[in-house]
Amino acid sequence: MKSNSKLEKILEGGHFAITGELGPPASANPEVIRKKAKYLRGNVDAVNVTDGQTAVARMASWAACLLGKEEGLEPTVQMTCRDRNRIALQMDVLGIAALGINNLLCLTGDHQVFGNHPTAKGVYDLDSIQLIKMVKDMRDEKKFQCGDDMDVEPRLFIGAAANPFADPFEFRVVRLANKVAAGADFIQTQIIYNVEKFAQWMEAVRDRGLDRKVKILAGVAPIKSVGAARYMQTKVPGMDVPEAVIERLKGVPKEDVPKEGIRQCVDIINQIREIKGVAGIHLMAIEWEEVVPEIVEQAGLLPRPQVYQA
Amino acid sequence: MLTTEQKPLEQLLEYLDREKSVFLIGCRGCAEGCHTGGEQEVLDMKQRLEEAGKTITGTSLIDFMCNESLVRMTLQAHEDAILSAESLLALCCGIGVQATSSVVDKIVHPGCNTVSMGGRHGEWREGERCMECGDCVLEFTGGICPIARCSKMLLNGPCGGSSDGKCEVSPDVPCAWQLIIERLTKLGRLDKLERIVAPKDWSVSLMSGAASKR
Ligand code: SF4
Ligand code: SF4
Repeated sequence: MKSNSKLEKILEGGHFAITGELGPPASANPEVIRKKAKYLRGNVDAVNVTDGQTAVARMASWAACLLGKEEGLEPTVQMTCRDRNRIALQMDVLGIAALGINNLLCLTGDHQVFGNHPTAKGVYDLDSIQLIKMVKDMRDEKKFQCGDDMDVEPRLFIGAAANPFADPFEFRVVRLANKVAAGADFIQTQIIYNVEKFAQWMEAVRDRGLDRKVKILAGVAPIKSVGAARYMQTKVPGMDVPEAVIERLKGVPKEDVPKEGIRQCVDIINQIREIKGVAGIHLMAIEWEEVVPEIVEQAGLLPRPQVYQA
Repeated sequence: MLTTEQKPLEQLLEYLDREKSVFLIGCRGCAEGCHTGGEQEVLDMKQRLEEAGKTITGTSLIDFMCNESLVRMTLQAHEDAILSAESLLALCCGIGVQATSSVVDKIVHPGCNTVSMGGRHGEWREGERCMECGDCVLEFTGGICPIARCSKMLLNGPCGGSSDGKCEVSPDVPCAWQLIIERLTKLGRLDKLERIVAPKDWSVSLMSGAASKR
């Protein structure tokens, strides 16, 4: 094993993994994390904690991860290149590993103009691929980016994101191959509503044999309202929400839309499980964490596997 | 004046690794003033590349390579020599390389690093094209600058926000990486993107403030 990660053990054990997501508050209130953790514990194998998602200043991912760990979660730190240069990134990588956090997801990050501090100076000293490579070299070669040696390496299970729907489509698999070559151990994808297009992407992934080199977790998320679906369809760059998805939600009375959204999410999970090379799902019920137990249960994915962790 | 420094010969030979024949271009504007791409430097480069076993199919000196229409006009006279070369090597600022890339459907290797533009942006007026990063990466990006034109200055792009050819920050901003991929696809050189570009040396960039003047 490359790390002491529960997620790594579950994936290596051949189980169909589920990861969840938790957004830290834009405040110093630890109770928010504790409350959300309740819905996730026991229902998912690991939990991504976002890093200033949509470029809004929030509690640091590593700190919220530590709170989640106290609540019995297996946390995954998300780390973006937007706010830190290579010095700060490496300092955080060392700190995270020292705190006993085992998983790290390397991201470029949403551009600062989207957030609540649009006048901030973006950093982007590295991009996500260079970040993956840097963390891998720290772990496997015990080397800092500059080439200096360290004595105790950060034993982290390294993740990366992939968007099967962003343009240019043909190039998306090349980019995934680059992430794998850089050192990604697992991949979490953009939220999938267009299962057909995702299946096409997976076919290209399998053609290159990438599904055997990296564990691919397919992103899913329940939709709460027709308005939210429309917003994702038209306003979120790199999202693909087919009209049929919205039609299905429109087909039920307004008060039943959330229930239908949950059923739709379960259906998508079931379809995705049929696709060869998918190692698990990444369930993003952001600000709707309370429905996670229901979705996982309805998808027949309980109880979660138990693995030994030192 | 736009200040450039020639890249080390080893780096240029690495760029030309797959190619035997190359067309050489220099600039009689700033690059001549900096002694990085004037008549003498083009002759010297020709000799050094020939010594390294390359065939130079022709050379050209352009008054201002940052003037796209002038580049287009001047290079038309060299059409045959350019067509018979596998690639071009441009001894000039980053804008000149990009102006050449935009008029020739071949890989244009940057021969210099642009270290300062002295507040000017050459004669190719629409939009910002070079940010004086001091370590030109146009080699890897099909002659389109990801430092000046990608909102996150990504060297291994595109990010997940690229959509319909536009950058995630606004539908009015073209995604530089979409342009890069389109160009390399057209040239049949997408293989250039299958390697991982290492973290950049920002210490030589003007974005490091006065430190770049050490
Ligand atoms: S990479 Fe871009 S910013 Fe850097 S020297 Fe070349 S053109 Fe200028
Ligand atoms: S969308 Fe394109 S131009 Fe914009 S940040 Fe991403 S890669 Fe760069």
